[in-house]
Formats: sequence, structure tokens, C-alpha cells
Amino acid sequence: MQRTDDFAARRAHLTHLSEAELERRFWELAQSITQPLVDMAAKHTSPSIERSVILRMGFSSLEAQAIVKRVTEIGLLGKGAGHVVWRLAAANQIELKQAAELLQTEAGAEQIKHVFSGGVR
Amino acid sequence: MDKLVKHEKLNVEEILQGLEHYRPRRKGWTWRKPVTPQVINGLTFKQTSESLTASIPLPSAKHFGHIDPQPDCVITTEIASGRFEDDIRRMRMAAWHGADHIMVIRTAGQSHYDGLIEGTPEGIGGVPITRKQVRASRKALDLIEDEVGRPINFHSYVSGVAGPEIAVLFAEEGVNGAHQDPQYNVLYRNVNMHRSFVDAAVAKTLMAYADMAQIDGAHNANATAREGWKVMPELLVQHGINSAYSRLVGMKPENICLSTVPPSAAPVPALTFDLPYAVALRELFREYRMRAQMNTKYIESDTREATVSHTLNLLISRLTSADIQSTITPDEGRNVPWHYYNINAVSTAKQALLAMDGLSDMVEIKRDGVLGDRVRELKERAVLFMEEMLAVGGYFKAVEAGFFVDSGYYPERNGDGIVRKSHGGIGVDTIVQRDADYFAPVCHHYGYNNIPPQFASNVCGPVVGCTLCDPAKIVYIDELDAVDNAATRMAATRDQRELGLIKAEVEWAGDGVVAVQMFIPAEPRTAHFSALELAKQMNLRDPQVIHKQVMQHAEGTYVEVKGILDATIDINTLKLPPEEVVLSADEVRKDVHDQPLRIVAATVGNDEHSVGLREVIDIKHGGIEGYGVECHYLGTSVSLEKIIDAAIELDARAILISTIITHADIHRINMRRLHDLCVEKGVRSRLILIGGGTQVTHELAVECNLDAGFGRGTKGIHVASFMVKNRRERDLI
Repeated sequence: MQRTDDFAARRAHLTHLSEAELERRFWELAQSITQPLVDMAAKHTSPSIERSVILRMGFSSLEAQAIVKRVTEIGLLGKGAGHVVWRLAAANQIELKQAAELLQTEAGAEQIKHVFSGGVR
Repeated sequence: MDKLVKHEKLNVEEILQGLEHYRPRRKGWTWRKPVTPQVINGLTFKQTSESLTASIPLPSAKHFGHIDPQPDCVITTEIASGRFEDDIRRMRMAAWHGADHIMVIRTAGQSHYDGLIEGTPEGIGGVPITRKQVRASRKALDLIEDEVGRPINFHSYVSGVAGPEIAVLFAEEGVNGAHQDPQYNVLYRNVNMHRSFVDAAVAKTLMAYADMAQIDGAHNANATAREGWKVMPELLVQHGINSAYSRLVGMKPENICLSTVPPSAAPVPALTFDLPYAVALRELFREYRMRAQMNTKYIESDTREATVSHTLNLLISRLTSADIQSTITPDEGRNVPWHYYNINAVSTAKQALLAMDGLSDMVEIKRDGVLGDRVRELKERAVLFMEEMLAVGGYFKAVEAGFFVDSGYYPERNGDGIVRKSHGGIGVDTIVQRDADYFAPVCHHYGYNNIPPQFASNVCGPVVGCTLCDPAKIVYIDELDAVDNAATRMAATRDQRELGLIKAEVEWAGDGVVAVQMFIPAEPRTAHFSALELAKQMNLRDPQVIHKQVMQHAEGTYVEVKGILDATIDINTLKLPPEEVVLSADEVRKDVHDQPLRIVAATVGNDEHSVGLREVIDIKHGGIEGYGVECHYLGTSVSLEKIIDAAIELDARAILISTIITHADIHRINMRRLHDLCVEKGVRSRLILIGGGTQVTHELAVECNLDAGFGRGTKGIHVASFMVKNRRERDLI
């Protein structure tokens, strides 16, 4: 978009504002712009976010890559990758590390999909 | 190695050992501790902080008792040579000169790397930020901060498509500060806008947990736009968006730092843009901290010009405020910064901030009038910018419409802004909605988390503690690449360290790079290629012109050339001239008391300079009078004959002459003649002959048959001690 500087006309509704009111307006606008962004962030996740969860669970960065890739492949990222590993471990009464390995197998993937679709808890 | 020793090199190989067990000693950012007012060596400072226990003062400090006051604000240096094992050494140098914020630039391309990098591969224009790199740097900085006596903040970047993972890494490893701004990813790294903001919320939450200082990325608009100062309204908006977003996810305002740069530079009337902008920022963002950066946009290859710009930037910092004073190396416009330019930049900040200490007690900003009008206008333009953002549908729509980094002074639009698509960029379509049963069994996670009721008070209970609660669970990977790593690179320079071989360097151990300054009496192109030929004749490999400036188109050009000098010095065979051992003041005084010593002194030839000689003599300046030496100062422009006659008449034991360096070698001639005349008059054997001057050296004076020469930095004790020792050796009574 090309536009000449129409500041003089555009500012008409701001001229009556005191300095404090103008600053308050700035922050109200900043809030209005960012609130929808944080709301979106709260409701979504990403591969990096899920890897950050897996890292915090005590896995290495290499393991985190493999786990999140697998969870994405089987369509369960919306459950939380850490959640997936934990539930698989719990379902089989095994350690988290073993669950991460199991997840990479066909059987493990099928089992966890079954768990999340309302199967054995 | 649990402690550094001033005269011993930092042992990087030892730093790299045992890293798997290293834990950071603290988390979070540390500000300097202000001491207001502070009296140091009888001088009162209003804007300084606690002094260091070990440091290197400014060169002129030798006139003021070698004091090294530390300004009140944190001082940053950016270090990124591509090899962190060399960066660590530079961090120590910078800390000794007063840097307490070490910012490590990431290698090119890391922001698009979808995951963490491990090991110590070599980087380009920065280093790959890895756990090993971070851990080793922090471990080294622990030693360095103990050595200099002030906490050092370690800083890097939480950006790109792996932001949340890097934030975890930094929180675990005690990194103290980081750049984090989702807008930076969108605009300059073309990361998908949804992905960038979703990731940022988690990353910021982790940074807030670790009490890290956050620096935003707004200043990049200034560096990118064609005319940097025209984006001032947008800069306020970008700062506002990142600050508001950070607050909404729970970051403390005192940890939110605005990355702000004075947007213009001479030859424009820079302060008329920069000062109102600085004031508008500090008024709008009074809750937040200011990280004052120096301008990079207009830096070319002239280090002098850069230093002047940066000094003027520091004036803005002192007239307004700065919590963190960042520094840009004056060579940034020509190459990846060299060791000594980091130090130059830190010293520029220290020097200027100290010189302007207390300025605001005497000078204040005229808030009303033209400055106030401009401040108001900037705020209004920023408000209008955000109003239009909302009118078009919010942040994402505004970015799609090219609102940002347009070179027009908003509301003027030139249609050259950066356009990013909502459904484009790196990482597009990678975010997914969290399901109703989404669960992340870890602490300090942002957003919706369906924590099972039994773990309501112990979110990481299912995994029996996350790494933030139990650091023992952190998995350390040493290296993934058997060749591209620090150990391999260091093996290549091991000889230098172990056998005591020395090569010149600017960046990496043994790089051999040297720079040569030349004036070539020719027009720039001829000068350029002549300089390269001359460099080759000096045996410099791969010479490159790194700076040139025409002095006058026909008369000549100033040229700086760098090249690789493939020469090595073996310190075991290097011959150092013996260092004069200076006697103690008490010993000199006693000797002169027991056996009086009389001297005559003068500045010889047609030379009216007397400052140096007076300092060496005068009791007020710690001169030789103070040790009981009887001094007969004859004045300036005195003939050699007259001095010798006075020495004979007074039965003096020494003659001190001061002489400036001249083009015609008059100083050498004067020194030789002094000796010759003394021989002719038959008094040489009973006189100690001493030459002095700013560029006189001991070796030069001895070559001219004098007994000693003293140059710049000489104190009375050096001369008095020499005379006492020489008199003893020669048995002069």
C-alpha cells in the first residue's frame, strides 16, 4: 500500500487526549492486539513445545526428536507427547524410556491409539 | 582448575572436562549494585556501581591513581567468532575491561533448525548454541566472575522454530538472559506467524521461571528499513506488542528489556531524531528496562566513525537512561568482530559513561518545546499504527498487509514493508489444537493443561519430577560429530599451547591474521591494489583490503589491509631485553640520604616541552625530588654545552635531558652529542647521562651512548632507582 503522510488529519481524535490518556490508549491497544495471540497460544501446541515437554521429562534431545515425530505421525500431538509416553508406560507398567521405545513399534502405536480412543486406561 | 590466576591462561581443555557433572551455581539475571554517591581516590561519582576486585582500567587512569570505576548499568559485549573455545578466552578479556553481560550470537541458520543442536560444531558468524557450548561457557564464566569479582550474565537467543526447547535448555543450564520476540521470527526469519507466537508463550513462561532477562527484537526494524529513523512509530509498536504479550504469559516487568537503538547517525542531525525517540520510549515503557544498543545500520568499515557514533549513542543513554548498555564492536561493518575490537567497544562505553557521570545533575532535557512536540507526535503515530492494525483484523492481518518495516514514516506508506503470509513460512501448518485431554506432565508449561486431579498439586508427579525440579534427570550429550568438534580444532593448535609457540591472532587461536595500516599516495583504486601488492611483499597470505578512505583524490588514500602471517615465535628462544628491576622507594631514599645525589636537567634543543621532565623531577608528581635528589632544572631550549657546564659547576652526578622525536633525527643527534661533549670535557666517566621523551626508549638511548633512556609512562622512582643502581655499579661518589 502506498499512502502519503495523512497524520494531520488522522490524529484528529487524539488531539484532546492528555499525555497520560494517550499512553493509556497505547497500552489498551497493545492489550487488544496481543490478547487473541495468547488465547491462541494457550489452545495450541507445536512440535517444539512437545519436544520441550519431553526434554523436561528427562529425555535427550535426540529422543525428543524421535518421540515427537512418532506422536505426530500417529496423530496424537493434540494429546501432548509427554502424555502419550506416560500413558503408554502406565498401560504396560514400564519405565518412560521403555515406553518411548515401544512407541516406535507398530504394536506400541496401535496400543496407544486404542488407549486414547477410550480403551484400556 | 578451581580458580583463575592473573598471569596464567584460561585452560579451555580443563573447562571441557567433567562437563557432564557441571551444574550452574545460580539462575536468573543480576544487575550491578549501584553505589551512589561513591568516592574513589578522592573523586565523587554519582552513577557508578561496586568496583571489581580485578580489572584493567582505561589507559588514562594512570594519571588518576589507576582507578577503574564501574558505571551503574550492565555493559554488554557480543562474542561470536564461530568457535566457542576461542570465545571463552575473549570473554575473560572483556570481563577484565568491565563487561558483565556476555551475549553469544548464534550461528547462521540455527533459527531454522527444528530441534536442539548438540556438541561443538563450528559455526558461521556465531556459534551453534548447544548444551555443551552453554555449559562450558557458563562454567568458564563462573571462574571469570570469581576472578573479577562481579557476577557475569550469560545470554543468547530463544528464537527460531525451536524456541521452547532452547528455553528449556537455558532454564536448565542457568543462562541469565535471552532475546525472545516472536515478531523477530516472523519478520526476519520467515517463521510461520502462528507457530512463532504459540511457541513464544511456552518459551517466555520458561524464561520467567528461570528469572531470565528478556530482550526483544524491535531494533532490527531500524537496521532493516531504508531510512532507519522513519520506523520510529513502528518500533514503539513492536516493543509494545512483545512487552504486552510477555506480561500476559506471566513475565515480570523488571525482566522485560527493550532493545532500543538511537535510530539515526550523522550526517543527519541525529540528536533531533534520537533524543525525542529515546524520551518517548522511556515515558511509554516506564515499567520496563532499557537495553540501549549502539547503532549498527550506518557502520561501514571506518572504526573511527563507528566509535564516534557509539559515543553519541552513549550521550543519549546518559541523558535519558540505560539499564543495560550494549556495545557494538567498531569493526562490525567489516568483519566478524576481532578480540580487541570487543575490548574497544566495552572501553568506549565505560569511558563515555564515566565522563558523563552526574551529567543529569547539571543538564536537563527541555521536555517542553520542540522535543515535547516530537515525543507527542511519535506516541500518536504509534497509537494510530495500532488502531489501523486492529481495523484490518489484528496482528496477523497487519503482517500480511505489509505493515511492518515499511520505509514510510507512519501513516505514510511506501509499500515496501515485509509481507508474510498467515499460511506460509518455516513451520507452517505445524501447530495443532490441544485436545480436551491434552496433558503435559511437567512444570512451568504455558496454556491449557488437563492435569489429572491426583497430580493437581504436583504436575510432574507422573514422571516423578521433571528436570526443572530434579536437574539430575537432564541428559547431557557430549558430541555427535567425531570430526567437527572443539577437541579436533584444539588439537590443531595444541603445539602452540604446549610448546610455547606464538602466532598472531584476531579471532581464533593460531589464525595468524594481522592488520596493516598504510597511507598510499594514489587514488583509491590504485591505492587498493598497491596495498595488496605491498602486503604480499610483506609475506601476508590472502591479503584483503578491509578499509580505505580517500584523503584527497590525487594526493592519496588511507588503506587498512589484513592478511595471514604464517610465522611462529618460539617463546623458549625469544630474546627479551632484561627488565629493569626498580628499587623500593625506601631503599632509594635511604641511599640518597646516606650519599646525596645532585642532578641537572633541561629540555634541549629548540624545544619548549617540559611537562614530561617536570613530572619526573617534581615532588608533587612523585618525581625524583621526593626521593631526596637535589635537582637543578635549567628550563627549556637549553644548549647541551650549557647543561654540561652547569653539571661541572655544581658537581652534579647526573644529567637528564628531555628531547622530542623529530623527523630529522635531532633527538639522536642531541643524545650522541651530549655523550661526545662530556667525553671532550673529560667528565663522561663521572656523569650518569639520561635521555627522556615520549618516544625515547632505553635501547635507543643506549645506542646513542647514554646510560639510560626513559619514555612514556616513566615515574620518578624509575629514574631515581636507575641512578642509585648505576652510581653503585660505577662506584661514583
